[in-house]
Amino acid sequence: MLRLPPFEFRPARSAEEAVEIWGENEGRAMYLAGGTDLIPNMKRRQFEPPVLVGIRRLEDGRNVETEDDGSLVIGAGATLRQLADEPGIVADFAGLAQAAGQVANLQIQRVGTIGGNLCVDTRCNYYNQSYEWRRSVGFCMKKDGDICLVAPGSSKCWAISSSDSAPALIALGARVELRGKDGVRQIELGQLYQDDGIEYLTRRPDELLTRVLVPAPRPGQRSAYTKIRRRGSFDFPILGVGASLRIEDGVIRDARVVLGAVHTHPLIVQKAADLLEGETPSLELLEAAAEAAYRKATPLDNADLVYYWRKRVTRVHVRRTLARLCGLEAEAETAN
Amino acid sequence: MSKRDPLLVIGTPAAKVDGLTKSTGQEIFADDIALPQMLYGKMLGATVPHARIRSIDVSRAEALPGVKAIITGIEMPIKYGILPVSEDEYPLEIDRVRFVGDPVAAVAAIDEATAEEAVRLIEVDYEELPGAFDIEEGLEPVDAEHRIHDYGLRDNVHKQVHLHFGDVDDAMESATSVHEGVYFYSGTNHLAMEEHSAVAQYGADGRLTIWSSTQTPHYVHKAMAKVLSMPASRIRIVATPNGGGFGGKSDPFPHEFCAARLSIVSGRPVKITLTREEVFYMHRGRHPVLMWLRSGHDASGAITALDFKSYVDGGSYGSYGVASTYYTGALQTVTYKVPNYRFRGVRVFTNKPACGPKRGHGTPQPRFALEIHLDKIAEKLGLDPVAMRRSMLVDEYTMTANHMRITSCGLDECLEKIATASDFANLRGNLPYGKGIGVAVGSYMSGAGLPIYWNKMPHTSVDLKVDRGGGVCAKCMEIDIGQGSNSVLAMTVAEVLGLEPGDIQLVVSDTDTTPIDLGSYSSRVTFMMGNAAKEAAEKIREMLLAAAAEKLEVQATDLVLRHHRVEHRETGEGISFADTVPLAEAMFGQLSSTGSYTPPRLSGPYKGSGVGPSPAYSYSAAAVLVDVDPETGVVTPERVWMAHDVGRAVNPVLVEGQVEGGVYMALGEILMEEQVFRKGLHKIPSMLDYKSPTFLEMPPVETFIVESIDGEGPFGAKEVGQGPLLPMPPAVANAIYDAVGVRIDELPITPEKVVAALTDLEQGGPGRVGPEEVPDIDWGEALDVDPVWYDQAAEDWIPATRRRESD
Repeated sequence: MLRLPPFEFRPARSAEEAVEIWGENEGRAMYLAGGTDLIPNMKRRQFEPPVLVGIRRLEDGRNVETEDDGSLVIGAGATLRQLADEPGIVADFAGLAQAAGQVANLQIQRVGTIGGNLCVDTRCNYYNQSYEWRRSVGFCMKKDGDICLVAPGSSKCWAISSSDSAPALIALGARVELRGKDGVRQIELGQLYQDDGIEYLTRRPDELLTRVLVPAPRPGQRSAYTKIRRRGSFDFPILGVGASLRIEDGVIRDARVVLGAVHTHPLIVQKAADLLEGETPSLELLEAAAEAAYRKATPLDNADLVYYWRKRVTRVHVRRTLARLCGLEAEAETAN
Repeated sequence: MSKRDPLLVIGTPAAKVDGLTKSTGQEIFADDIALPQMLYGKMLGATVPHARIRSIDVSRAEALPGVKAIITGIEMPIKYGILPVSEDEYPLEIDRVRFVGDPVAAVAAIDEATAEEAVRLIEVDYEELPGAFDIEEGLEPVDAEHRIHDYGLRDNVHKQVHLHFGDVDDAMESATSVHEGVYFYSGTNHLAMEEHSAVAQYGADGRLTIWSSTQTPHYVHKAMAKVLSMPASRIRIVATPNGGGFGGKSDPFPHEFCAARLSIVSGRPVKITLTREEVFYMHRGRHPVLMWLRSGHDASGAITALDFKSYVDGGSYGSYGVASTYYTGALQTVTYKVPNYRFRGVRVFTNKPACGPKRGHGTPQPRFALEIHLDKIAEKLGLDPVAMRRSMLVDEYTMTANHMRITSCGLDECLEKIATASDFANLRGNLPYGKGIGVAVGSYMSGAGLPIYWNKMPHTSVDLKVDRGGGVCAKCMEIDIGQGSNSVLAMTVAEVLGLEPGDIQLVVSDTDTTPIDLGSYSSRVTFMMGNAAKEAAEKIREMLLAAAAEKLEVQATDLVLRHHRVEHRETGEGISFADTVPLAEAMFGQLSSTGSYTPPRLSGPYKGSGVGPSPAYSYSAAAVLVDVDPETGVVTPERVWMAHDVGRAVNPVLVEGQVEGGVYMALGEILMEEQVFRKGLHKIPSMLDYKSPTFLEMPPVETFIVESIDGEGPFGAKEVGQGPLLPMPPAVANAIYDAVGVRIDELPITPEKVVAALTDLEQGGPGRVGPEEVPDIDWGEALDVDPVWYDQAAEDWIPATRRRESD
């Protein structure tokens, strides 16, 4: 079997200690939570950190709490299964529960954490390969090489953002807390990501994602996450649709549509939100919003199935997801 | 036992004899073996698809602490190959590599990590050569020095076949209607859960032992003796229980030779376990096949002539390829009457991992083409697809035009069963848009009628030895690859001796201690080993009956062995099995026996007739209900009905397991699996990215066991390991057509193909995705063979034919 490269394991008991250990090993350490993404990647030599800072047992690291105002505070070490099963999340933050419950498989959900899934490495089928394979094809810029094999003319890496929870949480308006050697800061979750398959996070290397903060649901708010993958288990998304909206006096308010796995970062489809705002739900309206999402999606030939199919079904699944939220799924079915 | 005595073990849904051993983790698989001082081996694969090797520098690897031995190709410069006609492989290639992953060097080190690091330090200087990567490229002319091999018919053409039975052109001329079609079946991997693994120990006594996860210990034994230039008598191959085989462990493999050689060089045991990625490169999976067919029909729809061409993408080595090529033309005739038949087949070398046998070996591809083709014709002629098929089935105990002998055939009953259970006649054409039902049939061999190398020896033998304490030990070289052959062996012996399967001690799959069995391939074990085991047990039974008859002072013919006793059939008076054994041993000496099985001489009077004949054929029919999402093209199989004529179900639970496993494997090939290569490099060599179904994708399967009680099978049994896969791909394709009106004539049927076909249909096109045409090549002179007419009784041709119940 593929063996892990040697590394030193330094478990931390608190976020402060984790950042401190990282500081002592600057440039040679990575944080290790569930390890479901990092460990297989290390076996393939995509990462070879001499030091792994263990953050699985941080104090209060996996707490999930509902504040008095109804907002949600999630410790980054909470497992995906924990979130998928939590009744309060299933009821009020359905999109998050649905996303967490569709990551990989049950075993990985029980080990993998929400922080890990938000920071999950971008993926590309030229990159997620063994060292020998990558040597055969010629190394790419994301590891050991200097060109992009998907888009050889490109100066940037096109690896795909593959988090399920990110689109769902961005749609819910989540913020994240980062603790680094210079202290603690909070940012919009959408701002955690940037358009680069290599430096896909704005998180500084020393920073540890410690908490996820989700605002209280407003009256009538509904959310959903649709994941497209070949199989009902194991697979990373080839399309994710995170959506939330509320219906007030028969019209749509505060709609958010976020796409996963069709770009280097989650795509917020502002045009869809604008189209929906203040309008009465109808299939025509949802189709227009779906069209806006379709135009924005830019899948490339570096994941499962062909990219033009992945782009095509973006429209279908955005419409269907919104139809579900607007109670129009029956109409959507007969419209076919 | 006589016919009056009911079967007590055969036909019961018994647990596998090794089921608990496996499910509790006690079974020792090859990778579980750890010997004192054992080293870990690792092979270095080529990084380019086609190249000359200029030089290999192992000096940096040699200098790495912990490295104990390094070998390159020159140390084993003798070629091998599973078929004597295509011995074209070295364990480590010497001067040329032919696919990415082709092994060129191997290292043994104190642990896996060191071995892995060491192979990375080996430097190979390659001079890259132009390559061929698909069927069309494989057919192109190439310079002599750029040929992938220096043997074969021409250029990169490995093998070409042109057989003609009867007069196809004349029959087409006079047919009421003639129909043509072009189809493609993609290549797939076996995806056995257990990766290949071998442990070799070259002992101080000069004897070499290899424990290997192989389906064919006998062939590995032969190849090992040849390559290592050692007497076979000094080599022992022990096949460890296979964690799945499916044809993927049927060749001798480089890691087996390398482990052996590294052990000889280092003087220490060496284990090599392949990574999943390496398994994808060693491959030997399903051949991609492009197919063209034309059929002539009379007014009733019956076939009057069939003309079939197959273009087989062989990959980089011969492997089973010559047989595979013949198989793409062999079994078209064993389901429907085909009075005139022509088959043209060509296999090309390409710079990809070599293809070989996978469940159904060369026959699912033509079955896919034929069954969709017939579905289209049924519609054109306004016939019900089930009724049309049932009207032209072969008759039992007849011969086919290409000289295949049909014995028992329960195909009509299979079709009747699934049509009734699925309510096919009412559903076909009447389901709402997006839902559809399809049907197809298939047939497979109960063991190849001929061995891989020409000889007149038995294909299998079973030794029985009875201990004075009453214990019975059965020995056979058969290897259980998960299909349950150990259970079949135990159940067969137990049935004849009035015991229970768990009473039988098994010693299997060891070239030193067990008598020959050719291996777990071609669905041969139950049929052939079963016959040998039955014969061996019957010899013991005769001795026990004689001894008991003397003791009880009754006629031996009045006695029966049942429930651990030898007793009077009517009165029940008798003695225990254990007490009978010493009496018999006193009478006859040590109670031992051997049973063997050699198939009747089945090959026809033409070159190539050795591929396809089998002592009996199994038959299956499937109906599949699918849901198709017209917007996304996603196909979801919702329900499967499968009827399989297994002759007799030795163990109905295992039969159902094989049927369900065949359905499952087929669904992967139909909807997901495809070996995709980019410039010769496998695009997705992992179980995450190479998609195959999970539990969640598995629809409910309703299995119907049909028992035609074959005249030659043990207790009437035939095969079930491979056959049930065959009808699935065309049945799903036919169901998709019923659901949304499009024809996907190539595998896999991915969502984008369904969407493309639907778009084509909307725009006024035929609504089809699939290959349009096949390359025009010079097929050479046909080998014209007089056909055997289908109404000709098999007995007239082969006197050995036994009808049911004849024993």
